[in-house]
Amino acid sequence: MIPTNAPALPPLLFLFTGLLIPLAAFKLRRLAYWLALAATAAASAVAVSNIFRVLDGGAIHYHFGGWLPPIGIEYVLDPLSAFVTSVINVIALIVLIHARRTVEADLPEGKHVPYYALVMLMMAGFNGIVVTGDFFNVYVFLEICSLALYGLVAVGDRKSPVAAFRYLVLGMIGGCFYLLGVGFLYMSSGSLNMADLKAILPVLGARPEVIVALAFMLLGFGLKMALFPLHGWLPDAYTYAPTATSSLMAPIGTKIGAYVLIRILYFVFGLGFITKTVPAATIIAWLSAAAILYGSIQAMAQDELKRMLAFSSVAQVGYIGLGIGLANAWGLVGALLHILNHGLMKACLFLVAGNFRMKLGHSRISRLDQEARRRMPWSTAAFTLAALSMIGLPPTVGFFSKWYLAWGSIRNGSWVFLAVILVSSLLNAVYFFRVVERLYLKPADRPPEAEKSGAAARVRSEVGASMLIPTLVLAAALLAAGLLNAFIVKGVLLKILPPGLAGMNP
Amino acid sequence: MNPAGVFSSLIPLWAVLASLAAVPFILLSSRRPNLREFWTLAAGLVMFGCVLSLLPAALRGQTAAAELFEVVPGVRLALRADPLGVFFALIASGLWVLTSCYSIGYMRGLKEHKQTRYFAFFAVSLSATMGIAFAANLVTFILFYEILTIATYPLVIHQETPEAIRAGRKYLAFTLSAGVLLIGAAVWTYQITGGNLDFRPGGLLAGLTLAGKTAVPLFLLFLCGVGVKSSIMPLHSWLPAAMVAPTPVSALLHAVAVVKAGVFGMIRVTAFVFGPDLLRRFGLDTVLIVITVTTILLGSLLALRQDNLKRRLAYSTISHLSYIILAAALLSGPALAAGLLHLAFHATMKITLFFCAGAVAVSLGRENVSQLNGVGRVMPWTMAAFTIGALGLSGLPPIDGFVSKWYLGAAAVGGGRPWLAGVLVLSGLLNAAYLFPIVQRAFFRRGVGLEGRREASAWMVVPLVLTALLSLGLGLYPNLFFDLARRAAAGIFGGF
Amino acid sequence: MSDFLVGHYFYWFVFLLMTIGLFGIVLKKNLIKKVIGMSIFQVAIILFFVASASKWGATVPVLDPKLGAADTAKYINPLPHCLMLTAIVVGVATSGVAFALIISIWRRFKTLDEPELLAKMRHDPD
Repeated sequence: MIPTNAPALPPLLFLFTGLLIPLAAFKLRRLAYWLALAATAAASAVAVSNIFRVLDGGAIHYHFGGWLPPIGIEYVLDPLSAFVTSVINVIALIVLIHARRTVEADLPEGKHVPYYALVMLMMAGFNGIVVTGDFFNVYVFLEICSLALYGLVAVGDRKSPVAAFRYLVLGMIGGCFYLLGVGFLYMSSGSLNMADLKAILPVLGARPEVIVALAFMLLGFGLKMALFPLHGWLPDAYTYAPTATSSLMAPIGTKIGAYVLIRILYFVFGLGFITKTVPAATIIAWLSAAAILYGSIQAMAQDELKRMLAFSSVAQVGYIGLGIGLANAWGLVGALLHILNHGLMKACLFLVAGNFRMKLGHSRISRLDQEARRRMPWSTAAFTLAALSMIGLPPTVGFFSKWYLAWGSIRNGSWVFLAVILVSSLLNAVYFFRVVERLYLKPADRPPEAEKSGAAARVRSEVGASMLIPTLVLAAALLAAGLLNAFIVKGVLLKILPPGLAGMNP
Repeated sequence: MNPAGVFSSLIPLWAVLASLAAVPFILLSSRRPNLREFWTLAAGLVMFGCVLSLLPAALRGQTAAAELFEVVPGVRLALRADPLGVFFALIASGLWVLTSCYSIGYMRGLKEHKQTRYFAFFAVSLSATMGIAFAANLVTFILFYEILTIATYPLVIHQETPEAIRAGRKYLAFTLSAGVLLIGAAVWTYQITGGNLDFRPGGLLAGLTLAGKTAVPLFLLFLCGVGVKSSIMPLHSWLPAAMVAPTPVSALLHAVAVVKAGVFGMIRVTAFVFGPDLLRRFGLDTVLIVITVTTILLGSLLALRQDNLKRRLAYSTISHLSYIILAAALLSGPALAAGLLHLAFHATMKITLFFCAGAVAVSLGRENVSQLNGVGRVMPWTMAAFTIGALGLSGLPPIDGFVSKWYLGAAAVGGGRPWLAGVLVLSGLLNAAYLFPIVQRAFFRRGVGLEGRREASAWMVVPLVLTALLSLGLGLYPNLFFDLARRAAAGIFGGF
Repeated sequence: MSDFLVGHYFYWFVFLLMTIGLFGIVLKKNLIKKVIGMSIFQVAIILFFVASASKWGATVPVLDPKLGAADTAKYINPLPHCLMLTAIVVGVATSGVAFALIISIWRRFKTLDEPELLAKMRHDPD
């Protein structure tokens, strides 16, 4: 039963829960959270078990309503989509465990139920984009998750509706461009099914409509992924959204864009088209290199921690884009590992920012000092570890994803990209060190209230276990994924690679 | 090295983990200083014991190898205790035991804050040093190299004064940049060799046909990567700045573990990654010789101008580290053996001098050379030990510094570069010029304000006397280290 | 060349409409006018799809006994129309959310003029 339905299960589960929550939690508001958590936990379990199933038995196809492709809509769970669904669902689960307290703190009680319903719709959209094998269906799910995200951003602090409005405008343009691209593709090929298109496109060759279609689709998802210079919506949206939203969006949202990029470029258009016919890969690689430098430099100038993390996301998306644009096996492995890595560390960092807001009432870098560390030693330690992974120091996973990206650059003979990767490590070091140094070494400006009473100066007020444990789990996962990265790469990521990316052996 | 000489053993792993395992215990017993220091000492002894147990095999030319899991496809996290590694590990772990005793006296004598953090990161640093000594391939090496960078940072900024924080920033800026370059170099090597990064005596890249436009930039990347920690000029300026750290840190890390890890990395790069043939073909050995000779002489000259005792010793360290790299750059068995001897002997002498500087600072609160008049009368043991160290660094018999310099000079002459012997003599004179005035001030000038002052506590005096005696003893009986160094060098350049 | 221009006249119209929409989104200062621009932009794309489905001499895709099912060239392609039904729904929903956000912005900042709004946001303490 489950095996054939496996691809459709997570998105439908979320969609169903999203509708169930307003009904079921009508009387009992607290139920909303637990329903959301249960759905996410179930989806994570399904997604993780699917990885093993797919790796053993090959891709699973599910035909909606029994209609065979290319007429009907097909859901496909291949190693790539199985990997991405696992990453996003597991991270969402961890973040949701943390979210209960921050949502209680950030939102009035009346908004809890719709909030969790929207979270479920967002997850349905994310999962749908990843498992569907139909380009128009991608658009539908894209709009589902985007609409949910606009709402999730808009319930943040005072400025959040403005940030959400800007996000909405750009998101709508991105969606429309993508739709236009799909239109061109359909006009020239007569199909919307990815597998079908993969067979048709080589026959069509380098026709202008196909190239225009690719350009519009990339433009659309470049906007969703916040690939430089299309990142304009991201910093405000991440900064002003409530903690729970930004810690769901940052690790997951941009990854979906990256996934669709990989899917379109490597699995539909194919390696030959994006490197030989049109220089799509090269353009993405250069834009990504610019994104890495731009995001890192902007991040240095920010005073609000969440805003710094947002610009750092722009840079990190650049790493993923660079790996995609290198168009060789190791670049792509690096990009995929970085999807996992960035998901874990960005989630961890945003959770810590949330912890700071919870206990200190702010997350401004210029107001952080030893007092914060003294009160929240564990959160600070998690932050430090995630920062080390950001910089790319072994044995955290950040080191290894950069290792593969650097190797991919060298294989292509792209010394500029190698230099960008290495220099950006130092830039990351600068802006994270700025924070870490304050946390550990900046003496508290005002003597804390408790110091007057002498011995009670070392007052520790760490966040509760439901917030602390997710943070620490993510931090520990960074170490574990780093040490075990060879297993992940060999066991999963290498099996994702599309045909044509040979030369896998070092 | 033939594969027959390699046997599987987990002892290198235990040596690495010994002090890492002590960290939780140190943290947990933060409120009970005696118990906490017991863990440090116990870890030190266990680690030293592990390394000692590897010694007989290493003397026979055998290698204990512990292969763990794969970290990058084709490259495992692997430890190999080859004679070279055992040599370095022996020095670092042996001196850690003494430094731990000294640290206890020093930290308590000055009533330093955050002693738990201090001892915990000290233990992590030592683990990383062991890892560097035993690393079997570049990835493992980089792993521990970066851990060392991070773990020593809290030690450098221990005082948390603005000056210490500035020094810490400088330290991180230098070492992290170097780490990044080293990673770049390693990835490049990975690409060139097709996924093999194992250190191999005679050179990992030796069998490959490398064009000059690949080999030279790659070597320069490596040189900058490991050159910062080994503080060759012009990459040295973090080391004097890092002297704001507590003296035991300066003594062990900035005279033995960290900087020697850099030097050790340099040996690994020259002898195990590039190999003598490749370096000679592109004239890279000459580049290295020019850099090191410059560093030796300039470092000594700059040391003359320092009034702060620890900074003077830091510049002296910079100059002496280059002796060892110079020996590696000569690309011959006898030279490398002499360099390794200097790696060991400089450690014993320099740690003595730093211990003395720390003892003076704790007991008298004086840190500048110009304040040391008459100190020898109130602290005779300390200053006697200082004298032994000073004699040794200047290369006078019967202290061990004489032995290593002698062999190094002989190897330089034997290698067809007799002018290097002249450099060594000149630098010996400079060493004498910046160290003997201190001895002279301490014993032959009348000081003020010394009434009622005494030696520092026994925790400090005993270790420093022991290291001084060790310097003397190794000067008289250098055979153990000599055999080990010959064995290590023979593995690379063949018997001699 | 002129064949190409004339033969695709509807697409030129669509692109003109898209440009007008983008113009409204980017250059109009009032947020409501931006939403109007968005709607125009979306409608342009919907028309683009609908136009792409049409064929000369073909009729609506309902089975006509006189034409039979054998020759599909006699019917226009129904699929783009179906797709656009979804797109219209998406467009309506997006506009709805946009207006909800505009109401919320108005309540907080008492302005819908973008420069004025940005100025007010800059003076906000947080």
